[in-house]
Amino acid sequence: MQEEYSVEMNNITKHFGGVKALTDVTFKIKKGEIHALIGENGAGKSTLMKILSGAYQKDAGQILIDGKEAKITSPKDAKDLGIAVIYQEFMLAPDLTVAENIYIDKMVDSGMIINWKKLKSKAKEQLVKLGFKDIDPGTKVGNLSVAYQQVVEICKCLTRNSKVLVLDEPTAVLTFSEIDKLFAVIRQLKAEGVTIIYISHRLEEIFQLCDSITVLKDGKYVATVPTETINKEKLVTMMVGREITQMFPKRNATIGKEILRVENLSAGDMVKNVNFSVKEGEIVGFSGLVGAGRTETMRAIFGADKIDSGKVVYFNKEVRFKNPKQSISNGFGLLPEDRKKQGLLLNQSIRMNTTLASMKKIKNKFDIINHKKEKEYVKKILGDINTKYGSTEDNANSLSGGNQQKIALAKWLAADCKCIVFDEPTRGVDVGAKTEIYKIMNTLAEQGVGIIMISSEMTEIIGMCDRAVIMRQGSVAGEVDKTELNENSLIKFAMGV
Amino acid sequence: MSKSNKGSNIKQLLINNNTYIIFLLLFITCSILSDTFLTSMNIRNIALQQAAPVLVSIGMLFVVLTGGIDLSVGSVMAIGAAVSAILIRDTNMNYMLAIIIAMAVGMLFGLFTGMLVAYANFQGFVASLATMTIARGAAFVITNGTPIKLQAGTLNNLVKKENLFPIIIIAVVIIIVFALVQKYTAWGRIVIATGSNITAVQLAGIRTKRYLLSVYAVSGLLAALAGVFIAARSSTGSATVGMGQELDAIAACVIGGASLAGGKGFVVRTVAGALVLALIGNIMNLMAVPSYPQDIIKGFIIIAAVLLQVLTNKADKTV
Repeated sequence: MQEEYSVEMNNITKHFGGVKALTDVTFKIKKGEIHALIGENGAGKSTLMKILSGAYQKDAGQILIDGKEAKITSPKDAKDLGIAVIYQEFMLAPDLTVAENIYIDKMVDSGMIINWKKLKSKAKEQLVKLGFKDIDPGTKVGNLSVAYQQVVEICKCLTRNSKVLVLDEPTAVLTFSEIDKLFAVIRQLKAEGVTIIYISHRLEEIFQLCDSITVLKDGKYVATVPTETINKEKLVTMMVGREITQMFPKRNATIGKEILRVENLSAGDMVKNVNFSVKEGEIVGFSGLVGAGRTETMRAIFGADKIDSGKVVYFNKEVRFKNPKQSISNGFGLLPEDRKKQGLLLNQSIRMNTTLASMKKIKNKFDIINHKKEKEYVKKILGDINTKYGSTEDNANSLSGGNQQKIALAKWLAADCKCIVFDEPTRGVDVGAKTEIYKIMNTLAEQGVGIIMISSEMTEIIGMCDRAVIMRQGSVAGEVDKTELNENSLIKFAMGV
Repeated sequence: MSKSNKGSNIKQLLINNNTYIIFLLLFITCSILSDTFLTSMNIRNIALQQAAPVLVSIGMLFVVLTGGIDLSVGSVMAIGAAVSAILIRDTNMNYMLAIIIAMAVGMLFGLFTGMLVAYANFQGFVASLATMTIARGAAFVITNGTPIKLQAGTLNNLVKKENLFPIIIIAVVIIIVFALVQKYTAWGRIVIATGSNITAVQLAGIRTKRYLLSVYAVSGLLAALAGVFIAARSSTGSATVGMGQELDAIAACVIGGASLAGGKGFVVRTVAGALVLALIGNIMNLMAVPSYPQDIIKGFIIIAAVLLQVLTNKADKTV
């Protein structure tokens, strides 16, 4: 009976200071299955996985690996037991080659000299095995696409004879074609007997890929169910403890005059002759593969990158924003895709983050900030969008992903924009917070703000947008109206078929 | 629950104030070790001595907050000392005016470093290393390598008891002003934000270049004033003023809890950091420890102070 499980975590409890992160959680994974671990942000998924991988120590409970009790007190213990975790941020050295990264901890077989030829051929063998013969083991990892970096990371784990592979939001940064490739890799690993724990917020993926699902909520175990016995709605109810009747809330916006028109815009290598427009109260989706030039197009309009040629007409006037400052003072904002690297000051206060783009409102002409006014202002804005936080003085990194994203968003709400670009606004955000972010976007649209939403999630584009522009290889491949908006039309244009 | 809360509150208090605690412990140790330490004469000496390093440390702090570093401050101090002394000796200029000009020249050196950092994308370390060499060389050139002796009634007015020791008063005012500037102005806010995540600040529509430029300008200005203070105390303007002072200033920032990665640092705690270094030097002088061993001990105390920072920061994270 016990042998049938590859990993058993029994009655795990973990405190952080006075906060109980996990209470009596039980998590059992059968050998060779793909097991999804889901729950809202803060449900305890990451904490549980960090205990399994030795990054945290459990306060109480028991871990069995292949039926034997295992003492995991450090990441090395976990590694020795064959447990590998691939986090959202890869543990790769960008300046080293693929081969060096894969064999980073055992570049030499014996002696002190590295046999480069052998190292490369061994790496190549691994890559071919996974079906990626086009990755050259001699290229620097930093030059690879994110998807390929992930493959390298997986190879690295496999060379260590990992029996249990934990994937934490592996598709967050991938495009649909890349996701298909990843899934093929995961299924192949499964066939080879590797046990896989799959963490994701994207329920469609879980239904496509996983054999069973364990749900956590508020640090407690809710249930483990075979995938085929449950549907999406029930799953969401289990996760949030309430029914989300509408993933994509309705909005009552009237689409008005055109506010932004872009004609034949070219910028750098990634943006070639782009044309589109946005009207008042309209949400325009930007779909396409990662690297299709969506972000680059918006950055050029925003003044973060240089425009080479073309015309930007904003409120019937031709403009060319020289820098983000000019853009923002004209009411054109951009919520960047990577909130950690570009959106937030993670180790600064929530208050400071919220008012960063609107300091004019809280300072006097002598440059002096009115702290009291600022605090009230921050509290109001964050309250309006239902942000959960302790104190405005806490650091931004004390919040969960969804709430961090709301802080990044609040910055733009505070800046009174008339047109905002949301670049992947719900990436790495749980179901509940997603709906709230959609609501915020709807409210803005109802106020007449024009919204551009770049998203790699097709369901989100379909559910939220009045119109979608699909980009491919730096140009607009097509435009689809609300009535014809479906996965088929999006994929057709994105892939160029 | 309330008990653990109380415990963590005390812990938090210790963490937030560890520089002051180090300072206090050192102060008490010094008072026990030496009878002369707590005399008003000795305390006044420390205050007069430390006015200059404290100013330099504050200037350094704002550079460090952006994630940069300013190695040129020691040499710019020499520029401040030399320029003010030459102006007073050769042109008989009013010493107040001479000080202002010296500060302006110091600021120009800072602007030069800042330009390289902000507009030519130099790393602060490299840009200020160049300025350091240039400024030191320039100080020797304008003084012809010989110290400039000043007559009484000029710069030495700044250290006179009957004037209530102006340099101490100026230093205290500057500490207060910059502590307030850091906390209450948009400038202070943006400087910290820039060191925390410059991309996010740029994308929030803030032109970070001018802020980078400004911190080096402030650093140069304060360094030059510090140089004037040293000239005032010795009534001599010398090109050798401020040798190695940049390292003490960096140490003061770090002991004061600043992160050399940027985004974190505090004015008053940096002052306490500078005074920690001062106390170490002072007590060893009083106890007649020779100067070379002094350096060794100072080095280890810096390590100890930083270790304490690291350890308490770790404790901070697990709470």
